[in-house]
Amino acid sequence: MWGRWLPVCVATALSFPGCSASGDQQVLVFAASSLTDVFDRLEHDFETEHPGVDVIVNYGGSSLLAGQIEQGAPADVFAAADLATMKRVLVADSPFAEPVVFARNRMAIAVEEGNPMGITGLAGLTADGLVVVLADEEVPAGAYAAAMLQQAGVELTPASYESNVRAVAAKVALGEADAGIVYRTDIFADGERLDEVVIPDPQNITADYPIEVLHDGVNAQAFVDFVLGATGRVVLSDAGFEIP
Amino acid sequence: MCGALVFVVPMAALVVRAPWRSVGELVTSGPIRSALWLSIVTSVVAALVSIVFGVPLAWVLARSRLPGRRLLRAICTLSMVLPPVVGGVALFLAFGRRGLVGGSLDRWFGVTLPFTTPAVVMAQVFVAMPFLVLTVDAALEQVDGRFEDAARTLGGSEWYVFRRVTLPAIRPAIVTGVVLTWARALGEFGATITFAGSLPGVTRTMPLETYLALETDLDRAVLLSLVLVAISFAVLYGLRGRWVGAALSGGGA
Repeated sequence: MWGRWLPVCVATALSFPGCSASGDQQVLVFAASSLTDVFDRLEHDFETEHPGVDVIVNYGGSSLLAGQIEQGAPADVFAAADLATMKRVLVADSPFAEPVVFARNRMAIAVEEGNPMGITGLAGLTADGLVVVLADEEVPAGAYAAAMLQQAGVELTPASYESNVRAVAAKVALGEADAGIVYRTDIFADGERLDEVVIPDPQNITADYPIEVLHDGVNAQAFVDFVLGATGRVVLSDAGFEIP
Repeated sequence: MCGALVFVVPMAALVVRAPWRSVGELVTSGPIRSALWLSIVTSVVAALVSIVFGVPLAWVLARSRLPGRRLLRAICTLSMVLPPVVGGVALFLAFGRRGLVGGSLDRWFGVTLPFTTPAVVMAQVFVAMPFLVLTVDAALEQVDGRFEDAARTLGGSEWYVFRRVTLPAIRPAIVTGVVLTWARALGEFGATITFAGSLPGVTRTMPLETYLALETDLDRAVLLSLVLVAISFAVLYGLRGRWVGAALSGGGA
């Protein structure tokens, strides 16, 4: 019975992405969902430069990822969308060096291409009949949005509190929402369908993105160095991030 | 027996890990109560809607001589195996503001479905109704046609035959199907969060509340999960003895 099935089981196990290409060394990276496009590119470039190393990126809301790491997910590298979330993990895990801020992001109002509703700023989001979506306050992008709206004295009931910031951008891109507060980089990522309404600096918030090696390893450190290095900076600023 | 461990161990883990001390204050907290209420209302409505549309559909699939019957059956049960998120996107493309049908709804009647409570019900029906359709379909195929023929020879109209002969024969299957549909609707997550969004009291059902709680507060997430488990368990356990068991052993004969 087992003799017959064992080869099949082994073959199946090997075909999983997590166990691919025998002999490859793996780096498991947990990255905030707002980094999706950037890290997809960095993963590709890094693997081209380091044959034999397989980078696997797991994207999600920063807090969800932190929760997974606290529950023992074997992440080698963690790139979060805010320092507070990163600190949670560093307390739970064995503390390494201070996390490095590798990118900064700004918030912006995402509207459909051409801004058909003529939205000009935060105050304009309360217009009658306007469908606005925000990220939930439990994820960083939602907390930033809430803080900005409160500071600007804008009271707003959105149509939905999405569970991550990419879902906010998607609702606007689909045309189901007229506006959403997202990271500038989310708008860059979908430039064909989204336009940016700039939120002026005094009203805006800067989001710091820290990165940290969680499990000591040559390849994990090499990947972090790569993100902090020349290629990383180009890819990041192409995507609309500011480099500290 | 080992197979049972697959189900028992995770459930036991939930029970063990639960923050029993703070149960009282968490369960009566506003967000959980409104999510629970919304979940119960929408899943019950979804189950009722599924009866209204699902039983006739099952009848067509089982009895009619429609040419594309097999194709239709496959389409109508596809959402059972599809990732629910895909279902949510499909619902958007169909019933969203820019959707195939939704566009006209918006233009002609000013009705927009996404981000509303009816959208929650639609997502649940979309994902859960196949359970009812498949169960009733199977039962209808097993009903002994001679009883119905006999009723017809005795002068019963088609509607009378359905009501007095067919329906009693498939009643246990309908009950099973409704319970499965309701349970699936109660747990619906992917299509709901995609198509209906997540607004407290309007579209944020228990599974969505649970997922969100996971972002910051594992204790609350565990407790929310337990509440869902307890409700589903109570219903499945209670009905299994009374009705569902009869439906499964009696087949629909």
